[in-house]
Amino acid sequence: MDSTPTPTARSVGTNLSSPGARSESRRGLSDRLLAFLTLSPSLIALLIFVYGFIAMTVWISLSNWNSPKMDLSLADPLFSSYDRLFNTTRFQIDLRNTIVFTILFLIGSVGIGLLLAIVLDRKLPAKPLIRNIFLFPYALSFVVTGVAWRWIFNPESGINRLAEVLGINKVLDLFGLGPVQINWLTSATVIGDIPMPDFVKAQIGLPVAMIPVIIAAVWQLSGFAMAMYLAGLGTISHDIREAASLDGASTFRMYRDIIIPLLKPITISTTIILGHISLKIFDLVFAMSGKGPGFATDVPGIFVYEQTFGANRYNLGAAASVVMLVLVSLVIVPYLARSLKDVER
Amino acid sequence: MNTSTLRSTSSRRFTPGKVIGGILLILILLFYLMPMYVLVVSGLKDAVNVNIDKMWDLPNSFTAGGFSEAWDQLGPNMSQSFFLVIPATVISALLGAVNGYVFSKWRFRGSEVLFALVLFGMFIPYQSVIVPLIRFLNEIGLYGSLPGLIVVHVIYGLPITTLIFRNYFANIPYEIVEAARLDGAGFGKIFWQIMLPLGLPAFVVVGIFQFTNIWNEFLFGLTVITNPREQPITVALNNLSGSFSISWNVVMAGAVITALPTLVIYILLGRFFVRGMLAGSMKG
Amino acid sequence: MSARKFMQTRLNRRQALGMSAAGAAAIAGLPLLRPGTAFAQDAESDLEIFSWWTAAGEAKGLEQLFDAFTAANPGVNIVNAAVSGGAGSNAQVALATRLSANEPPDSWQSHTGAELKARYVDPGYTTPITDLYEEQGWNDVFPQGVIDQITVDGEKYLVPVGVHRGNVVFYNKQVLADNGIEVNDDWSIDDYFAAQETLQAAGIPSIALGSKDTFAVAQLFENTLLATLGADDYAKIWVGEIGWDDDRVTSAIESFAKYFESVNSDHAALTWDGAADLVWSGKAAFTSMGDWAYGDAVTKEQDANVGWVHHPGTAGAFVSVIDGFTLPVGAPHPNNARNWLITVGSPEAQAAFAPFKGAIPARTDADTSTFNEYMQWSAKDFGENTVVPSLAHGSAASPQFQSSVNDALITFIVDFDVATLQEALQFAQEDEG
Repeated sequence: MDSTPTPTARSVGTNLSSPGARSESRRGLSDRLLAFLTLSPSLIALLIFVYGFIAMTVWISLSNWNSPKMDLSLADPLFSSYDRLFNTTRFQIDLRNTIVFTILFLIGSVGIGLLLAIVLDRKLPAKPLIRNIFLFPYALSFVVTGVAWRWIFNPESGINRLAEVLGINKVLDLFGLGPVQINWLTSATVIGDIPMPDFVKAQIGLPVAMIPVIIAAVWQLSGFAMAMYLAGLGTISHDIREAASLDGASTFRMYRDIIIPLLKPITISTTIILGHISLKIFDLVFAMSGKGPGFATDVPGIFVYEQTFGANRYNLGAAASVVMLVLVSLVIVPYLARSLKDVER
Repeated sequence: MNTSTLRSTSSRRFTPGKVIGGILLILILLFYLMPMYVLVVSGLKDAVNVNIDKMWDLPNSFTAGGFSEAWDQLGPNMSQSFFLVIPATVISALLGAVNGYVFSKWRFRGSEVLFALVLFGMFIPYQSVIVPLIRFLNEIGLYGSLPGLIVVHVIYGLPITTLIFRNYFANIPYEIVEAARLDGAGFGKIFWQIMLPLGLPAFVVVGIFQFTNIWNEFLFGLTVITNPREQPITVALNNLSGSFSISWNVVMAGAVITALPTLVIYILLGRFFVRGMLAGSMKG
Repeated sequence: MSARKFMQTRLNRRQALGMSAAGAAAIAGLPLLRPGTAFAQDAESDLEIFSWWTAAGEAKGLEQLFDAFTAANPGVNIVNAAVSGGAGSNAQVALATRLSANEPPDSWQSHTGAELKARYVDPGYTTPITDLYEEQGWNDVFPQGVIDQITVDGEKYLVPVGVHRGNVVFYNKQVLADNGIEVNDDWSIDDYFAAQETLQAAGIPSIALGSKDTFAVAQLFENTLLATLGADDYAKIWVGEIGWDDDRVTSAIESFAKYFESVNSDHAALTWDGAADLVWSGKAAFTSMGDWAYGDAVTKEQDANVGWVHHPGTAGAFVSVIDGFTLPVGAPHPNNARNWLITVGSPEAQAAFAPFKGAIPARTDADTSTFNEYMQWSAKDFGENTVVPSLAHGSAASPQFQSSVNDALITFIVDFDVATLQEALQFAQEDEG
């Protein structure tokens, strides 16, 4: 920020008794009006395009529209699309996938982001280069990422083949383990089976096919977490670190007991931002694996797309997208509300 | 410099911990670079050699590989993406600047709540507005056209551009505005003659951030424009990769081509890129 | 403050000039942003044809149709608006959104039957061409089974061009010879399973499947259903005269599951042509696929070793996958569109189109003498067998039903839960209303 000119000595409090002040306050008022008017095109646009359209989608989710012919009459019972949605095995699987993906993705990207930031916090050569390498995936489109990683996780080649080429298989052989031959994106296996009430027809566990998707997403977005943490680390003053080392704390303990707790606000905001992205993930999965064998990588975003544009079940697709919106709101609204309160304080 | 410090420096250099750490670091760096390696190397191979078994090998010969065909396929879509991104970025940046100016310097009762409501638009899943959006665009005759897609990106880009400018302008001391007002400047003049010039760095940040976001976007490009020849390059790339008779080297080369503009911007102007990223997180 | 003051303080002259220049440039530039429309002022100089024929063979077939049209209508610029991907699913999405935006092409490729009705006729996107049928004498040259599939409430809506068969199994002659397996025109599902056992013992996957393409799974399923129910009852099940809770449906599902006892282990990773490759190269014995697979073999020059037979147990039935063209409501160039339909409905155009597409002409009077052995076999059966619609390709049931069945099949080939699939089928039928 450049230097600021020194403010003049006159006070800015309005003194309504003098004529000059009165015209100034009138101008101030019309300026405020102008300010509001300038905002209004954007406000109106967003009112329509965000809130209006969301309302419309909610209506569609409560309607009978499930064919190419538009039909906005309300359904009876009203929430039948939602009832149907939650009893659809495929959507249950989608919810399972989203939750599994989000949890593992957040742990991976935030955790790795923190580690990378800490690494970059140390004395290293070529820091800008290293930082840029970690961060450049964020500049790529999810489609580009999806195309690359799909090829990498192809069971015929990819990682399995790399294990061969690098001799990893030979190492595994020494331990009596077989060569790497996981089916990755084409595997319908689900690891684990948490018992659930009867109406849950989806197997609750970790789909093997999800793992490559999680890895690809962590690869793409851990740089973002790293950048957030780096910015945060930059604000932790040198004095604190010096004090810690003078107190005899080892590097490890300094990080664990002092710095990481100080970074908590960053952890929170990063988790929330990345969390809302993972809850609505679509492009990456669409380009990388589609819905996957046995819907192993299906996510609500893909479900909405297929129901809406493929099967023309507009009400079901709308209901699913409302569920996506609710999930995202659960994460974002508290965050926005808290920031609002912070500002107003 | 006394000898004890020298000795301790040199003995600290090559501790086993550091060596292992260094190796780990290099491995991690390789992991991050691997996908680009795969894309570029596969793209450079010619059709005969793009064999699933030889995926990790370097190309045998130095040819253009799949790039020329990928360019044939994706070239028109690349211009479409440029025709989309540049107007959309410029317009949404201007609007964001004005909005950010108002929200930071002209607060009124409820403006913070309004701001939060604006900001919410940045977080919604676009699936929840896609059907009404398409019908609305259809009603106003913008559906299936590039101007329609531009309008879409401008409007849905308003929250983030407003945010970045608001945070930026918030750092400009209010005294400047006060001084200008006392000198007789009104709302508009303050914007054009003070905020805008001061806000140039923010324009760069917003410009880069929006360029990247809009260039990389997929869902709107897929659904708002239906003619495959007119769709943005990300959509064309996805179509290419699902196509029956296209060989892999072309798809990989296509992915590289798609990634190039944002990568170039990232390499040249990465600093501003990062600022946009961070500003978008509302860290303030 | 007055509005004038507002205008004065907001912009000085330089800024105002700059902004109007920018505005003018933007407005002037807008036509450039919409490629193709800047020159669409000529009323009838264009013809935009929409299809998903982008693979080598079918694209060439489409070209034959274009050539035939240009010969009869010189001076018209044909715009090929083909969309690739997903055996038409991408194209259908693109088309659906265009139609709901009132921007139809001059004609588009469509399947027949329920898909035609649900996607295009019911929402009112197509114009009846019953009069064109009368005028061109088409009522006499297309089989009745086909005409039934393009008629809704007595009006006709589509000109069929090419017909594919959906109940064919292709096999590798060498593999069968090596294992002493013979197929003949009467073979049944049990005959197939006997062969499957032999192949299992020999360690070769009996059937190659590419389940990445859900329609490949759907095809295998419907052919099993056809074999179990027979052609007449098969037709009845789609119109609700036989319920999905029928015992024979259960038995069909069980047979369907049995195929998976000897299937290629990587089926989740392959599309239909990847699976076909397994058969061409002798790594699997059979593959169940529509006859475009034969075109694939020909293109890859593998056809010498490839044999074909109708799906086990489906003798006398011809599962038809018919492509044709429609006349839109509000076509941009109505005269050209009509002439297009006349062209594609002509025997010469159909005969020229068929070999490249790997289909047979829909007209029974087209000249098939130059066709290859496979197509002649198919054409003969087309003339003689009972023509039935296909679920996997949209003619038997609506997109909603198809989508439900597809989803159910995706889970079925993982867990093989017969009861769940049968329930899903019933539910999909009820959902139909």
